[in-house]
Amino acid sequence: MNWVIVWTLAQKELRDALRNRWFVLYTLAFLVLALAFSYLALAGAGMVGFAGFGRTAASLINLVLLIVPLMALTIGAQSLAGEQERATLAYLLAQPISRAEIFLGKYLGLLLSLFASLALGFGISGLVMTLNGSGAADPMALVTMVALAFLLSLTMLSVGFLISAFTNRGGVAVGIGLFLWLVFVFLGDLGMMGTAITMRVPIDTLFWLSLANPLQIFKMAAIFNIQATLDILGPAGIYAMQRYETYLTAIFMAGLALWVLVPAGIAFVRFHAKSDF
Amino acid sequence: MITFTHLTKRFGRYTAVDNLSFNVAPEQATALWGPNGAGKTTVIKCLLGLLRYNGTIRVDGYDAYRQGRQARRLVGYVPQELAFYEEMSTLDTARFFAQLKQAPRTEAVTLLSQVGLAEHAGKPVAALSGGMKQRLALALALLGDPPVLVLDEPTSNLDPAGRSQFLQLLAQVKAAGKTILFTSHRLEEIEQIADQVIVMERGAVRLTCPGDELATALGLRTTVKLHLPTGLLDNALDVLQRAGYAARRNGVGVLVDVHPGEKAQPIHTLNQAQIAVTDFEVESS
Repeated sequence: MNWVIVWTLAQKELRDALRNRWFVLYTLAFLVLALAFSYLALAGAGMVGFAGFGRTAASLINLVLLIVPLMALTIGAQSLAGEQERATLAYLLAQPISRAEIFLGKYLGLLLSLFASLALGFGISGLVMTLNGSGAADPMALVTMVALAFLLSLTMLSVGFLISAFTNRGGVAVGIGLFLWLVFVFLGDLGMMGTAITMRVPIDTLFWLSLANPLQIFKMAAIFNIQATLDILGPAGIYAMQRYETYLTAIFMAGLALWVLVPAGIAFVRFHAKSDF
Repeated sequence: MITFTHLTKRFGRYTAVDNLSFNVAPEQATALWGPNGAGKTTVIKCLLGLLRYNGTIRVDGYDAYRQGRQARRLVGYVPQELAFYEEMSTLDTARFFAQLKQAPRTEAVTLLSQVGLAEHAGKPVAALSGGMKQRLALALALLGDPPVLVLDEPTSNLDPAGRSQFLQLLAQVKAAGKTILFTSHRLEEIEQIADQVIVMERGAVRLTCPGDELATALGLRTTVKLHLPTGLLDNALDVLQRAGYAARRNGVGVLVDVHPGEKAQPIHTLNQAQIAVTDFEVESS
């Protein structure tokens, strides 16, 4: 593995992502909505103004759940398939570089661009709140939230790469990515609720089933981070608190790590074996 | 320098390359010649590790698939479909590929000058003409000074002026001692550049011959129809036949069978005999 080559490819991916109008649009939307959510967080409680970090972080969970997966899935899905469609991937593969270097370079570049986007969104909203004197009563909650959002973006980036490795056209890959986004964001919840009601799924199984959706893992981890309890999630949350309280953070981290590593690993194996360029 | 041994590539039931074996000698130019679908591009893609195949390809001893990186380090590649990052500038493109090939960054500037693109270095690749992009591809292929140059139909998308300019550059590269493997279906390119030609048909080698003997080996013939003032027809026929041409009268003109690479020679011969040709047509078979 030649890390100079990996870094050269990563830098190019980073530059391309920052020039990608959709990526910039998602980042701006995230920034504007994050600021708006921060401002309105306490409005419902009768206070108009910027909220403290802890409560703001709670209000940002749903925003992260909507925008971050969409952003990561889209750029991940385009990564390999888009280049294959434009024939630039075949030209890259004809150079004296390995497929592992190409894969890692692209992944690293997109990882950095996602990190830059999230840091910008959370950073500016945090800065504005601080300047407005709302007080950094619980800044660690925001830092942990950023870290969790970043991990969530990596899970979706890996899923995007998985789609990209199995398709040859950028448009098709993005289409599949958008469908999966819908599944993760909406259909996954509805499906699990329906399954739980009709199949009378035991509460323990329901908790473990929810870990099959990385967005649910993020949501539980984020709520647990802010409130140190999952009571708000209902019986499954209460059960998880009683049964696994000491291990919950480890369970959530392991779940997110698996969602990062497994799809990325399968995507790499497929890309390495691919020979229809 | 490059050896192909029993190379076979199948796409499902279709056999694109069928048990192909040949050698590319060092510092020589070898052409793969054949109609579309003969399997020329597939051979190149196998050499670059873009396709899996049966058989063996070795570049200076390195297995092109198992030791792909080492083999590709020895090869500069000019693709048929030029696929660059269109929004990058010409110089940034050259520097990017120089970094990937771990060639000195200064080489990017030197090679752009060498192919006549120095004044276009700041332009985005999208703004370059087809001929300029082809020259950029040649510059990128030469980064890192690889001993082998592989070109897939390098002039197929160029106009006559661009083609001529590119072939001149290629002749310079050949003179510098590079081993060249290229595909083409243009006879004049083969005759100008190739020392050896592998004629392919339906994925197999039909024949191998020196580049300048291809037309003869394939029985290719070109007929030039010369239009002349009626009063000069007999005189012209006599001059051409005395010069050794197979010439005959045809209505208001003279038909002359020539080697495909010498179409202008009969006109030159007649001009030397003070006989002006008013028009001409070319038919190949």
